[in-house]
Amino acid sequence: MRDDAQLLVAQGLVRRYAMRRGFLGRSVEVRAVDGVSLTLERGRTLGLVGESGCGKSTTGRLVLGLENPDSGTVAFEGRPMPAPNTEAWRKLRARMQMVFQDPLGALDRRLPIGTQVAEPLEIHAIGTAEERSARTAELLRSVGLRPDQAVRYPHELSGGQRQRAVLARALATDPAMLVCDEPISALDVSIQAQVMNLLVELQERLGLGILFISHDLRAVRQVSHRVAVMYLGRIVEEGEPDAVLHDPAHPYAQALVSAIPHPGKIGRGIVLQGDPPNPADRPSGCAFHPRCPVATALCAQETPSLKPRPGDGRLVACHVAQGEVAPGAGLMREAA
Amino acid sequence: MSAALVTLKGLRVSFDGQAALRGIDLSVAPGESVGLVGESGCGKSVTWLAALGLLPGRAQISGSVKLDDVELLQARPHVLDRVRGGRIAMIFQDPASSLNPVHRIGKQITEALRLHRAMGGAAARAEAKRLLDQVGIPDAARRLDAWPHELSGGQNQRVMIAIALAGRPELLVADEPTTALDVTIQAQILRLLQDLRRDTGMALVLISHDLGVVADSCERVCVMYAGRIVEQAPSARLFSAPAHPYTRGLLGALPPLDGPRRRLAAIPGGVPEPWAMPPGCAFAPRCAMHVSACDAAAPEQVGVAPGHRAACIRATLPASHHQAAYA
Ligand SMILES: Nc1ncnc2c1ncn2[C@@H]1O[C@H](COP(=O)(O)OP(=O)(O)OP(=O)(O)O)[C@@H](O)[C@H]1O
Ligand SMILES: Nc1ncnc2c1ncn2[C@@H]1O[C@H](COP(=O)(O)OP(=O)(O)OP(=O)(O)O)[C@@H](O)[C@H]1O
Ligand SMILES: [Mg+2]
Ligand SMILES: [Mg+2]
Repeated sequence: MRDDAQLLVAQGLVRRYAMRRGFLGRSVEVRAVDGVSLTLERGRTLGLVGESGCGKSTTGRLVLGLENPDSGTVAFEGRPMPAPNTEAWRKLRARMQMVFQDPLGALDRRLPIGTQVAEPLEIHAIGTAEERSARTAELLRSVGLRPDQAVRYPHELSGGQRQRAVLARALATDPAMLVCDEPISALDVSIQAQVMNLLVELQERLGLGILFISHDLRAVRQVSHRVAVMYLGRIVEEGEPDAVLHDPAHPYAQALVSAIPHPGKIGRGIVLQGDPPNPADRPSGCAFHPRCPVATALCAQETPSLKPRPGDGRLVACHVAQGEVAPGAGLMREAA
Repeated sequence: MSAALVTLKGLRVSFDGQAALRGIDLSVAPGESVGLVGESGCGKSVTWLAALGLLPGRAQISGSVKLDDVELLQARPHVLDRVRGGRIAMIFQDPASSLNPVHRIGKQITEALRLHRAMGGAAARAEAKRLLDQVGIPDAARRLDAWPHELSGGQNQRVMIAIALAGRPELLVADEPTTALDVTIQAQILRLLQDLRRDTGMALVLISHDLGVVADSCERVCVMYAGRIVEQAPSARLFSAPAHPYTRGLLGALPPLDGPRRRLAAIPGGVPEPWAMPPGCAFAPRCAMHVSACDAAAPEQVGVAPGHRAACIRATLPASHHQAAYA
């Protein structure tokens, strides 16, 4: 057993996609992930938040080695990630699992859930047939399903039960790490709570390192030990959940936090102007500057790097938050 | 009290003999904003699809739906056609399936203008541009010629709102208008709906499973459970003094934004299946305050405070009892 807490270290990940406009249009480059570094620790959860299209899912796939980065590295338990679809990679995959948003989409409608939970055991040829069936029952119990529910088909379960089945399957191979991509977004509020409780419990019991991708900041606070805020392919702020949520440093994080719906709160804080930017047409300098209420001329020229802020050491990528320049009045475009 | 714009009375719907709505009483005053919350499948969408005559023929519908004094449930198709998209507009739950992918968005807006305001040609195009401006789509003149797939999810949702506004509705029913969107865009859309309500005086019914969304945008909230409204109150009151154990459960399941992190108070179990509806209160099997009397009959709504009603035989107990039950 290694005593070092770092489970996975990703450095400088970049992922570009070629996107073609129309049938004959020339292809443009989309920088889905543009220099992301992050560390996952055993028994701890890193929450990843940010608006749609900012590169959260792509980051998740890169971290799992499902895709190769165009540059940057991923190391799992101190060793570099093997290339996708090699034997070494398949071995490693058993230790890293992914849980997706839509439990119905993740499950095969034609197979009972017990069969699907047992599937990874068969793929990785773990144990004898009897051991596998005992392990399946144990897995179902560990996520709060009854072993007799193994014969149920996905549509015969509630949304929360389906997501439990997905989790049971992800846990089958005793993974050290889970990447949960919007694991509760498709569920009802009351069921979201059941699934969040379960994730926290499983982590305490099994010491899992978790990357929890979500756009729901309440959920992220509930389950995470650290939170990273992404904007257009980059992490713009990272810190303890309460620090980031109660005293966000980056203007984008401030807008995100003030937009959290809140029973009892009347009205809202900052409403961001303009639409989320197009990753194929990344603004110069700080990518947030066209929507930023305090942007300065410097922000349109120079890309801020993620570094500790003087004073409290909060990781933030913003010239203004770093005190490198006085807050400006914004450079928002007229029409927006 | 002003006369209601729309009044639903004893609205019941069943599909193949299975009840989806089990008696909905709800009225919306002119200019009012009402939130409708509840878990997936509780009947939020069916309520308004039934009211507007949009359910398939095999749905069995009874009760009454009145717009002013006109009964809509037995109304002739041509009457309904004029109401829908005219006096009452609805934004449907799935925007992707509601915009026609093979028509430019300008055409889809002018089509609504032709139907409900008999506008055509350059006048319709100018009005379409004005509507896109109104819903905050930048560069509206050029966007009229865009295809739905060329716009972002949030922009498509704004186009849906623009189409809904084309008929100058007195009531806009928005079914989960922000569920597919992230928080910053969600905030924009909700702000937009508020601004429109202020500027045009239209009433708004906002359907959502997200209590926070509804709390922010509505004056009054109705909580639905298994085909019935189980609690209704002014927003602030509902969130500060919920009376029905289900509402309390929903609020308790919301992760807090501050304070220590502890296990969430998830409501145990799930919604009963329509074919296995409990004889009494539908929430009884999951309720921490359940007593045998709860199983006798479905509870009627009782007044808890002015404008605040709850369908729970124990709702009028002092709050300390509830607290004890949920501690
Ligand atoms: N296979 C692909 N080909 C081309 N572009 C892609 C591909 N996958 C992702 N992208 C683009 O990369 C960007 C980041 O996408 P990603 O799915 O990582 O975002 P996300 O943060 O997970 O968004 P959401 O919250 O909507 O799930 C988007 O602009 C997306 O359109
Ligand atoms: N066309 C239909 N045929 C049969 N059953 C239907 C039909 N439409 C709705 N139902 C059923 O009626 C009930 C209420 O559905 P409804 O769509 O109103 O739920 P909802 O509260 O809007 O849920 P959600 O939050 O998931 O949108 C559900 O049990 C649903 O399965
Ligand atoms: Mg994603
Ligand atoms: Mg619905």
